[in-house]
Amino acid sequence: MTDLTTLEAETYQKPRNQWWDVWDQFKTHKGALIGAAFFIFVLIFVFLGPIFWTLDAQYIDIRARSQGPSWAHPMGTDQLGRDTLSRIMVGGQTSLLVGLTAMLLALVVGTLVGVLAGYFKRLDGILMRLTDLFLALPLLPLLLVIIMLFRDTLRAQFGPEKGIFILIVFVIGITSWMQTARIVRGDVLALKEREFVLAARSIGTPPYRMITRHVLPNVLSPIMVSATLGIANAIITESALSFLGLGFPSDFPTWGRLLFDGTDWLQRNPERVIWPGLAISLTVLSVNYIGDGLRDALDPRIRGR
Amino acid sequence: MFDTAQRKKLVSVNGLKMYFPIHTGLLRRHTGDVKAVDDVSFDIYEGETLGLVGESGCGKSTCGRAVLRLYDPTAGTIEVDGTDISTTSQSGLRKMRPVMQMVFQDPQASLNPRMSVADIIGEPLREHTKKSKAERLDRIYELMDAVGLNRDFANRYPHEFSGGQRQRIGIARALALNPKFIVCDEPIAALDVSIQAQVVNLLEDLQSELGLTYLFISHDLSMVRHIADRVAVMYLGKVVELAPREGLYDDPKHPYTVALLSAVPEPDPAAHDSANRVILQGDVPSPSNPPQGCNFCTRCPKVMDICKQLDPEFREIEPGRFVACHLYNQ
Repeated sequence: MTDLTTLEAETYQKPRNQWWDVWDQFKTHKGALIGAAFFIFVLIFVFLGPIFWTLDAQYIDIRARSQGPSWAHPMGTDQLGRDTLSRIMVGGQTSLLVGLTAMLLALVVGTLVGVLAGYFKRLDGILMRLTDLFLALPLLPLLLVIIMLFRDTLRAQFGPEKGIFILIVFVIGITSWMQTARIVRGDVLALKEREFVLAARSIGTPPYRMITRHVLPNVLSPIMVSATLGIANAIITESALSFLGLGFPSDFPTWGRLLFDGTDWLQRNPERVIWPGLAISLTVLSVNYIGDGLRDALDPRIRGR
Repeated sequence: MFDTAQRKKLVSVNGLKMYFPIHTGLLRRHTGDVKAVDDVSFDIYEGETLGLVGESGCGKSTCGRAVLRLYDPTAGTIEVDGTDISTTSQSGLRKMRPVMQMVFQDPQASLNPRMSVADIIGEPLREHTKKSKAERLDRIYELMDAVGLNRDFANRYPHEFSGGQRQRIGIARALALNPKFIVCDEPIAALDVSIQAQVVNLLEDLQSELGLTYLFISHDLSMVRHIADRVAVMYLGKVVELAPREGLYDDPKHPYTVALLSAVPEPDPAAHDSANRVILQGDVPSPSNPPQGCNFCTRCPKVMDICKQLDPEFREIEPGRFVACHLYNQ
């Protein structure tokens, strides 16, 4: 204890904001960094690209139809002579927005239902039966009915594109939260019996702070995984809806729409399928890598290893 | 050595029962109860340590948790610092929480793996005080000094520590609000022997510095002998004997206490060989279906007819010594 005085003189490390540790760990995950860089690149390409590439995505130039890549049309043209590059850009805006918002909606609903059902025993039965109900609903007839019922009212309210956007995000979000809810509920049930939750109760932490401070951070990993998978799912569901004629109008480009339009021309112009397909899969892959890196970075047990 | 009558009671437990219902069948009908704690009464005086011993599954931990109202007791009253908390709502209990705290058995499980040490120790401060960030940090450092943790550890996470250090974090968290009463639920059971002594000595030092009162739950009889002032022995949900430490260890009254004490390892080989061990036959009955009469009558070496019919009363047979046994009822 002789060096107590020297110890006292030292300045101790201030408790650091946790998010710096998270960033430090995220930086070490190469895949996540590349994924994040690519995702940012896609965002810039899709949202800022149309400023530099000024060809209109809807402009029909029938004389230049079904062309391969050239300087005038780097990604070629479709059967009506519309420029594929600008259609990919404009379509990407819609697809990414639909993917991100629908995923967020599904995530929020799924996590909320899962946490409430897992944490409060009284709500468990009713909420999980509701989840079962949604899982048992036949998806396609349900979508048909919802869209038939609400398309026109929403179109009148918000305009044709925005109305359909809201409808599609809502429909995708409301039909894909169940997996998340089930996984989260299971994890919360296991977590609730852990001693640190009991310790927090002995401190007198009220339920909502118990959930935000102790339960949610510990179920982050499964939420993260379903989030990254959810984006891919949402983009693909949107294209399936468009394919069935239930989504956006047929001349309105989205990645899924471009893909399905291209399938008819697969033999003559395979690049019409390749470009949107590549865009979808690379975006999904980059999001998956970001999610993977984030999950590792948010777990202190993996951090610093 | 204790003149208990003049000391102030800090905790007073009366007829505490904690039953866990059993639901069976298709309709989940209530068909029985696990009587984890069945009619337990004891007092803890200010500044003392009450040891609570017994074998695995006898209801020690449940009793400790029920005393802090981490469970809702089935019956009985619990008075802490003059307030009856047995029926208070959880929000009402929140105001009482700073007075009573708990140290848990498994230091690994009782710390949130996603919170740093500073956050863990600071949580009670955040919940119950209006301290600013800097004041809170000062208090966290003070507590870390008190339990012998390096201040530089404040940024680290529980998995980076050894078991003994983790238990110190748990103790610092329990001390954060200057409680009067701490329930130590087997705080040393998960630690290895060399660390056990450190943690127990730390608990003793803190007690003399801060005037704490402990309910020390353990199955380690020699450790309880070291730290406790009075000892309560539990068997199958009931307290069978409650006595000052010296009295209990020198002259155990209840046959179960005798058997329990004879199981303490004897370091001297000669004494070990000649020791008159009481070996109990059979198993502990199920707490969901305890025997009629005395709970211990199925295994008691001194069993009498009356034991199988009447449940013995928990009575004071000498000043300060309580026993529940028909042997002392004549």
